[in-house]
Amino acid sequence: MSKERIQIAEELFDIMPAEYQDLVKRATYGNEQRGWKDIGNAKELIEEHSLCAGCPESMAFRYILASLPNPEDTVMVGSTGCTSLVFPHVAVHNIHSLFGNQNAIASGLKRALTVRFPDRHKDVVVLAGDGATVDIGLDMTLQAWFRQEKFTTICFDNELYANTGGQESGLMQKGFVAKMAPVGKTFEKVRLPEIARESGCHYVVNCTVSKPNLIEKVIKNAVHIAREIGPTYLQLYTPCILEIGKNSMEGLQEMRDSEKPTERFAYKEYVSEPAKELLAELAAKEKERKAEAKRQLAGQSA
Amino acid sequence: MAAQASFIGQKNKKEQVYTDPWHMMNEAARTPSFFTGSEVIKEAVRRASCDIMVAYPITPQSEAAALCGELFAEGYIGDYFRGESEFAVMSQCAGAAFGGARVFTTTAGPGTMRAMENFPMWAGARLPIQMIVTCRGINSPLSIQPDTLEIAYLMQTGMLVWHAETAQDFYDWILKGYMVSEEPDVHLPLALCCDGFFVTHTKDMVDLTPVDMCLPPYDPYRSPVPCMDMECPPVRMMRDPFVMKSNYISYATHASWQQEVWAAVERSRKHTIRWMDGLIDTENADADVIVVASGTAVSQSREAIAILEDEGIQVGLVKVKTLRPWPGEEIREATKHAKHIIVPEFNVIGWLAREVRSTVQNNERVHAGPHVCGGMTMPPEIIAAEIKTVLGVKAPSLAGRGG
Repeated sequence: MSKERIQIAEELFDIMPAEYQDLVKRATYGNEQRGWKDIGNAKELIEEHSLCAGCPESMAFRYILASLPNPEDTVMVGSTGCTSLVFPHVAVHNIHSLFGNQNAIASGLKRALTVRFPDRHKDVVVLAGDGATVDIGLDMTLQAWFRQEKFTTICFDNELYANTGGQESGLMQKGFVAKMAPVGKTFEKVRLPEIARESGCHYVVNCTVSKPNLIEKVIKNAVHIAREIGPTYLQLYTPCILEIGKNSMEGLQEMRDSEKPTERFAYKEYVSEPAKELLAELAAKEKERKAEAKRQLAGQSA
Repeated sequence: MAAQASFIGQKNKKEQVYTDPWHMMNEAARTPSFFTGSEVIKEAVRRASCDIMVAYPITPQSEAAALCGELFAEGYIGDYFRGESEFAVMSQCAGAAFGGARVFTTTAGPGTMRAMENFPMWAGARLPIQMIVTCRGINSPLSIQPDTLEIAYLMQTGMLVWHAETAQDFYDWILKGYMVSEEPDVHLPLALCCDGFFVTHTKDMVDLTPVDMCLPPYDPYRSPVPCMDMECPPVRMMRDPFVMKSNYISYATHASWQQEVWAAVERSRKHTIRWMDGLIDTENADADVIVVASGTAVSQSREAIAILEDEGIQVGLVKVKTLRPWPGEEIREATKHAKHIIVPEFNVIGWLAREVRSTVQNNERVHAGPHVCGGMTMPPEIIAAEIKTVLGVKAPSLAGRGG
């Protein structure tokens, strides 16, 4: 696992775009300890984005891409919406095909990669909005989980259709007045995290993206569990500041307000028994790695 | 081609030898076998080195899709599963093709329509998926019989569209289809259509290629677009997504890409002519009256022509094998002396007649019909009667038309 596949022929190095040269020189591909703290120090897998100023989705994208454990062998699947405006900038292969079919695409993709690369890990990560995940694509979201497809589904929950201008979605709160909910939404926010657990997901987290270290942890857990055991689901609150009447600098506070213990994005987690065992194994390995590093450091200074 | 050629002579895990496709299809000894169309699909797929098949039950293709499941159980296909709907299945096929797999699937009628959003996406993403379409009625009232209306929609998607007449066509074209659609200058999905039940559920003699020979595996790195497997550098694809802009670059990109898809359909022509020995077949093309037909309408027309020949009326026949690419030049040439061009079809709108009308000179010569709807049978007698009407020859009344 390295940057071998992205190397540029020496003779052509100087004519390649600066950001590609940068990717080869400074990307964190191959570094198993990569994480959000590399942001700003290493070549990021997303730099610019075409979202609104201050959009929490742009933070979420950066944390997630910095935390993927194996980006050099990860393929992402998106769907139509604000996320599809970002993916063209992302330095891992990604697929946009239609609106709502992301978990069907990922099912075929993961199986194809498993057939073609039986001896290697090729991670598949779906990242789509709540309209794609819970409304138009719900059938395919759930069926992929029923079939125990081994990939991670991430839903950027902004509680409405942001890209089309703020219409009601299934994950919108009850009573919220929006386009297509002119007298307020009449039914409760769909409880997809609970449905995910009952549908066979082995790891389910519901939280905001206010804390980068938390996002790093849940992304790594979700990808590792999906790789070894079965489907995983992350529902991340990425408020659409535009549509809820906030200013550019208020996204973070909105997330902090919404993750208080009694609020709808208070941290919730479900881990299946086999997933718990896997996480314990991974934690033990990490502990051993750190102890070994410490021993080596002590050896060097002695 | 080097990567694929390197497999030739090696064996797969089922002990089949990866064989030069031209030798396998044109030179290797054939074994006559008595099979249903569905069984023929299975036998072709057995020899096609498919990586992934996704299935969904719909009459009349269910049997073929289930038989391919048996092939998976026997180890001839890399992976196989049942999707939740035709829309999902066609997206699952897309995902597998994006990931570099050779993909096979089947559908019919309402399923084709339900999945329709996927097909222009397949073509635009240049995914060489092969989809068998066992045509079935799509409008109300419910029909499970082989009405061919769905082909009219498929012809506008940017896919290659071929229309098989017989089980033998079907067998050969499944295997040849991959060879054409996977060419780097084509690299498009193929809708291989037949008239359901008439072809899938009847038994016919079919000459099969040797069971120990199979196609060389698909090489996804011959694709004109990157395979989404992170085995080649992940470029940042564009400065801004084209959906956001109405500027010159977006206009140019959309126009050039969509024209490129249709140009790729045109470029498939030379490969298709080579593999299929032409886009049309003609019989007795010097006659004053020519029937132009595709699918089982060809077989029925052949019977009608025999009936008329007994009565001293000479009628020629054009069998249209491919609808995309459209054999316009071939049809113009084959019908240039004809005074009347008769186009019998298993659908109410007459899409083939529309295409022929837009192709030939003096298109008042084109007579759309007869049409049968809902996939009901088309007796040769009604084709013969149509021709006699056009010629002004008095035809005896047919049963059901009154005295």
